[in-house]
Amino acid sequence: MTKRREKILLPLLAVLLGFILGSLIVIATGRSPVAMFAAMVKGFSGLDIINDVPWNTRYIGEFVINAMPIILTGLAFAFASRTGLFSIGAEGQLMVGSLAATAVALLVQAPRFIHLPLVLMASILAGALWGAVPGFLKARFNVHEVTVSIMMNYIALHLNNFVILNIFGSQDKVKTAFFPETALLKSPFLQSITRGSRLNWGFIPVILALVVFSFIINKTTFGYSLRAVGYNKDASRYAGMKVNRNIVLSMMIAGAFAGLAGSVITVGTFNFGRAMSAAEGYGFDGIAVALVGGNEASGILFAGMLFGMLKSAQPLMQSQGIPREIAGIIQASIVLFVAMRYGIKMLLERFKKQQAVTADGDRA
Amino acid sequence: MSIKILFEMFPIALMFASPIIIAALGGLFSERSGVVNIALEGIMMVGAFSAATVTVLLEESTVLAPWLGLAASLVAGIVFSLLHAVASVNMRADQTISGTALNILAGGLTVYLCQIIFRQQRTRAFSNGIQKVTVPLLEKIPVLGRMFFIENYPTFFLAIFLVFFTWILVYKTPFGLRLRSCGEHPQAAASMGINVAWMRYFGVMASGALAGLAGGIMVLTADIQYTLVTIHGTGFIALASLVFGKWNPFGVLGAGLFFGFSTALSFYAKDITFLASLPGEFFYALPYVLTIVALVVFAGKSVGPKAAGQIYDSGRR
Repeated sequence: MTKRREKILLPLLAVLLGFILGSLIVIATGRSPVAMFAAMVKGFSGLDIINDVPWNTRYIGEFVINAMPIILTGLAFAFASRTGLFSIGAEGQLMVGSLAATAVALLVQAPRFIHLPLVLMASILAGALWGAVPGFLKARFNVHEVTVSIMMNYIALHLNNFVILNIFGSQDKVKTAFFPETALLKSPFLQSITRGSRLNWGFIPVILALVVFSFIINKTTFGYSLRAVGYNKDASRYAGMKVNRNIVLSMMIAGAFAGLAGSVITVGTFNFGRAMSAAEGYGFDGIAVALVGGNEASGILFAGMLFGMLKSAQPLMQSQGIPREIAGIIQASIVLFVAMRYGIKMLLERFKKQQAVTADGDRA
Repeated sequence: MSIKILFEMFPIALMFASPIIIAALGGLFSERSGVVNIALEGIMMVGAFSAATVTVLLEESTVLAPWLGLAASLVAGIVFSLLHAVASVNMRADQTISGTALNILAGGLTVYLCQIIFRQQRTRAFSNGIQKVTVPLLEKIPVLGRMFFIENYPTFFLAIFLVFFTWILVYKTPFGLRLRSCGEHPQAAASMGINVAWMRYFGVMASGALAGLAGGIMVLTADIQYTLVTIHGTGFIALASLVFGKWNPFGVLGAGLFFGFSTALSFYAKDITFLASLPGEFFYALPYVLTIVALVVFAGKSVGPKAAGQIYDSGRR
């Protein structure tokens, strides 16, 4: 297999194996895999392949809504990953991003063309700052970024709840007052063409983020030096690159992507800030997206849509009597199979060799 | 802070410390054998789910239900950790990614099974978890008796026992030396005839057993049922305790107690004058903040197993 083909085929194989394993679990627990796949098809296309009901474009809108934030958290994980860092912090960065968006949405009064960009900028900055902490601690004290970024997730959760409940004073202990229209990504036009889904202009910043990611990594000297640090830290240092500065910057940019996801959810999908009992898993979704997408913008776009489809199929599965958590199980097994790709490759090559040997034997 | 409050804090602090210590000992076995295991959190979830389920299903027929639940959590932990062993030993997976996959899988799988068994997103609540005990005679010891032997969960004694057991097994036996050599320089270990793959399997399975047990203990002492947030990051704190405790059983004990007390603080803050004015969320976040502080303070000074996290390649020198 060539390098390029391998990079596409192995993740696809992992996805296939993940779906097979998921189906087996569904069968083993006495549920119908056909209903599961039907839910998935309906989840992204709105087409019902089992029942004779009219095409419902609302599902397409909800599918895009589900894919947007995890594409961004996928970019966040991938960006840090390119510098050789393993960041599990997207979850917390997203949460502070969402908190910053809430603050600017509620506290600032301005026309939409100023207010909305301010909201987005605030979430990007907050995410970057939250990402800077594990980056700095890694660069300065050599503390492992995995543990620190996980801890930062929990701190973000409690900070978010504290601010939402105490400073923005919610009535029902769950959400803040509604945001003014000027702070929202909402679009009546997009809603009308998707039969009242929550589809909004959020996909524009998502597309921009994909372009920015690809541009920084592939087209700039800075991106090159980030990748160099990822490949070989010591060699980069001897080549005169500022390794520590690159680590901090890489974590900050990764955090910026995740922070943006926070505002895409808060002023796009919703129109109020929320206190939460636990993280919603966007960060872990992002890891899956980035791994399946091979840490590249185009791959992340497709993987984000794949897992977005799984997410939007969840309520449909639940209504068919299939526990919605099957989506998480499929996602986790895909990640596990992607992680095993070298082993899978070895097995495939051994299998091929054996076939070649038996083929030779047949000829003789 | 009055001395009385400090004494009152002990049972709660020890209750939180026990699962942290036991899970961290699990991490110790795994990392000493050369496999990084960030799946401790996920394994704890699987253990907690199994313990809660077995307890709920058996409590009408036997009073031993919680203890059978603990046994189930240990077995479930081993089985679940085998996935990590296969991925990182046989399939040459990146151990951090494989561990992350297990953490995601645990959340999905446990709640999926809750829905299948209990038709809701959590287990049914059990009526009795593990009961507190007062140890006769030892309770009469001044000071120490009040701290450790009156109305405490017996699981803390189990944690202490496991600390000593781990110390003897890992540091005082030939087997322990072999295990550690696989985490330091597996090629050298292999040249001495040690089966590195087998040792790593043992390390990961031991971490599965202990982390599973820790999850079971946590749900049966600190909770009334298993939910998605029962473990809420305790596995990751255990992982930090391992670093903080310098990959040593007694260090792990100290780190676990430290985090146990920092968690207990949130329950008693309202009784302590100078802390009462701080918001509850501050104390919820405190253990995580302290973890970062501890990691920074002890960074550089703590040296883990050299080969932990590396894929074993028998051809490398």
